[in-house]
Parts: sequence; C-alpha cells; structure tokens
Amino acid sequence: MSEAVREATKKGRPEFRNIHITDITTKYKMPPSAIVSILHRVSGFGMFLLLPFLLYLLQESLRSEISYYHFGGIVDNVFTKIILLGLSWAYLHHFTAGIRHLFMDNHLALDKDAAQKTARWVLVISLALTVVVGLKLFGVF
Amino acid sequence: MAKKNNVGANRLVVGAHYGVRDWLAQRVTAIVMVIYTVILLGTFLTAQNFNYEGWASLFSRQWFKLFSVVTFFGLFYHVWVGMRDIWMDYVKNAGIKLALQFATVLWLLACAAWTVQILWSV
Repeated sequence: MSEAVREATKKGRPEFRNIHITDITTKYKMPPSAIVSILHRVSGFGMFLLLPFLLYLLQESLRSEISYYHFGGIVDNVFTKIILLGLSWAYLHHFTAGIRHLFMDNHLALDKDAAQKTARWVLVISLALTVVVGLKLFGVF
Repeated sequence: MAKKNNVGANRLVVGAHYGVRDWLAQRVTAIVMVIYTVILLGTFLTAQNFNYEGWASLFSRQWFKLFSVVTFFGLFYHVWVGMRDIWMDYVKNAGIKLALQFATVLWLLACAAWTVQILWSV
C-alpha cells in the first residue's frame, strides 16, 4: 500500500470498494446505465473466453476451399448458431455500449437523465442489431 | 520518498502512469474496431451467395490483410486492458491475480501470432 492510501485510511475517510459481482443482484438498484455497464463487462469476458473458437472459425473459413466446407459444416448446426448468436449479441452490445462511452468521454450526455436515456438506447439498438444478424444467420434473408 | 520529487512535500506522485496510456489505447483501438466492424458487418448482411471465393478474395487483398492485422492487434491490446481490469477488480489474492494476468498476456500473444498465421494463409 502506498503512503497516500495509508494516510487516507488513517484519517477515517470513506473507503470506496469495488462492487462485487454478487452484490449487484441483491444489494443494488440497477438503473439502465448500470445494466449496460455490467453487460459491457460480462459480454467482454464472454468474448475473451470464446476467442479461440472464433479464431478457429476464421482459420477454417479462410485457409482453403476444403477447410471452408469444414467451416460450413461447423456453422450449419443449430447449436453452433445459437452460440454465434450469443456472441453476436455480446459483440453488438459491447460495440454500442462502447460508442456510448466514447460520447461520454467527450462530455456528451453526462447528466443523469441523458445517461439513462442513452443507456436504454444502447439496449434497444444492440438487441435490434442482434435480431438482424440472427435473421441473416438463420437464413431468413 | 517525498523528498525525491519536486512537487512539494504534500503531494506524493504515485503510479507508473500506465493508467492514462491504457485508457487512451482502449479508446483508440475501439475506434479502429468500429470502422472494421462496419465494413465486415456490411459485407455479412449484404452478401447474397456467400462462398469461399468471395470471402477469401476480400481477405487476399494486401490492404485488407494489413487493416485486419492492425485491428486484431488493437483488439488484443483492448482485451488486455479489459481483462486486467476484471482481474484487478475481482481477484483479491495478489499471487493468483498476477498468475491470471501473466496467463492473459501469454495467451493474447499466442492469439496474435495465430492471427498472423491465419491472415497470411489466404
């Protein structure tokens, strides 16, 4: 612990702890911005875990025409498609929530009402985009 | 320690200053990924007869290979910043935290090498 931190606790200043993942469902009220925030983290972690699967799919889709058919075989499966749909949502949520972050970095929509409004829009837009990708994935258009 | 810096006795400069650098890197890589995503998503949604030839011809172009590799390297740096935040927030034990961070860095380096191999295989 650095000297500055030790000084702060000595003076009895409030200590701000990170909210633990298990607290959010029971202890805290979750406004839209909080939901977007935790989903941003959850989606990022999920994509990190499935990164090797995606790189594997990219490899099979690109290496050769034969491996492309192999790729087609893996993807042409309801179970894989559900995973890919989940990953699409994770990516699109992370994407839209990230764009909201970039606006907020530039001091746009920072006040309470505006922040909740943009958070709702993030949820709506990311789910709408996921539906579009899902329809394409399952061959509707 | 306070004697070592020249900002006065009441201010203690701490940290390695990687906070701002990583914060900025996360934003810059995010913007690159946004552009890349729009191109790929547009290609996916407008593709009619999705086949190997069309898909591979996009990736066989040198500019797209370079754009891809830069985006993926940016992605891995972005992932590092995010994963480091997650380990720092939830893993309290310093030893386990260090081990997880170390594993993350090695894993992402391996992914970066794999990405180069994939992109230059077409």
